[in-house]
Amino acid sequence: MLSDFDKRLLNTIQSDIPLVARPFAAVAERLGADEATVIGRLEHLRDNGFIRRIGPFFDSARLGYVSTLVALAVEPEAMAAVAAAVNAYPGVTHNYEREGGYNLWFALLTPDMASQEGILAAVARLPGVSGLMNLPATSKFKVNVRFTLE
Amino acid sequence: MLDDLDKRIIAAMQDDLPLVPEPYKAVAERLGIAEEVLLARLAGYRARGELRRMGAVLRHREVGYAANALCAWQVPADKMAAAAAAMKASAAVTHCYARVPRPGWPYNFYIMLHGHTREECTRTAAALAEGLGLGDFVMLFSTREWKKTSMRYFGEDEV
Repeated sequence: MLSDFDKRLLNTIQSDIPLVARPFAAVAERLGADEATVIGRLEHLRDNGFIRRIGPFFDSARLGYVSTLVALAVEPEAMAAVAAAVNAYPGVTHNYEREGGYNLWFALLTPDMASQEGILAAVARLPGVSGLMNLPATSKFKVNVRFTLE
Repeated sequence: MLDDLDKRIIAAMQDDLPLVPEPYKAVAERLGIAEEVLLARLAGYRARGELRRMGAVLRHREVGYAANALCAWQVPADKMAAAAAAMKASAAVTHCYARVPRPGWPYNFYIMLHGHTREECTRTAAALAEGLGLGDFVMLFSTREWKKTSMRYFGEDEV
């Protein structure tokens, strides 16, 4: 269970941690706690599965990467094999089975367009894939993964 | 432009920030550079937008947000700005993009919605649609997570 302090800590740590030599001391100050308590609770929250990751979140486009969202129509009996084949690409960061005719949706990041095209051509030929839609973004309006805990 | 040291820093930073009093010192030592150099480069990435945020991302299921849905909308050009503004203002919306529509798939605007329950996601989407006077959207609820990882940039195979 999350204590009130845990919730305040999780809300704080989801925003920007300052780029200073002792960031957790800075977070502790904001919460009226001490550095050791903050570090200890963060370890507990991470080890118990509440925190997926603490670290930098980069903007892939500004790092020169090309990204897109791809929707596949996959025959049900081929789903496990197709999902595994898609997962094998390091540039596939998210791969979700979803309701609807296009039932497998994945996000793909590659260093350039040529490697994106190569991967999509290979995926389209996988047995059981009956449709592929490449859905690149034309505008990015919001990326803000925050879950406010009351 | 990113030089080789930038790429080494970004590749090295992708693991979790060590939970120690001086995490950047630990990473700088691994890279063989001074802590001040690392902190200065990171501050530069943030100023230029390469670094969006330094912080934590939670496992949403564990903290009570068990349901999420990708929603695809058909938004006419003259309503795009209003739609984007509404999504930015909604705490339940974590991602919002305009995307290319395809033959037989007229949807050009996508959001990722999170909620405590599936019904909450559906109610939130309906409220957003009503507020914007938009009727044509589909809720693409996930039924299985086959992969969810953070991207590893400038991996050994690329640099």
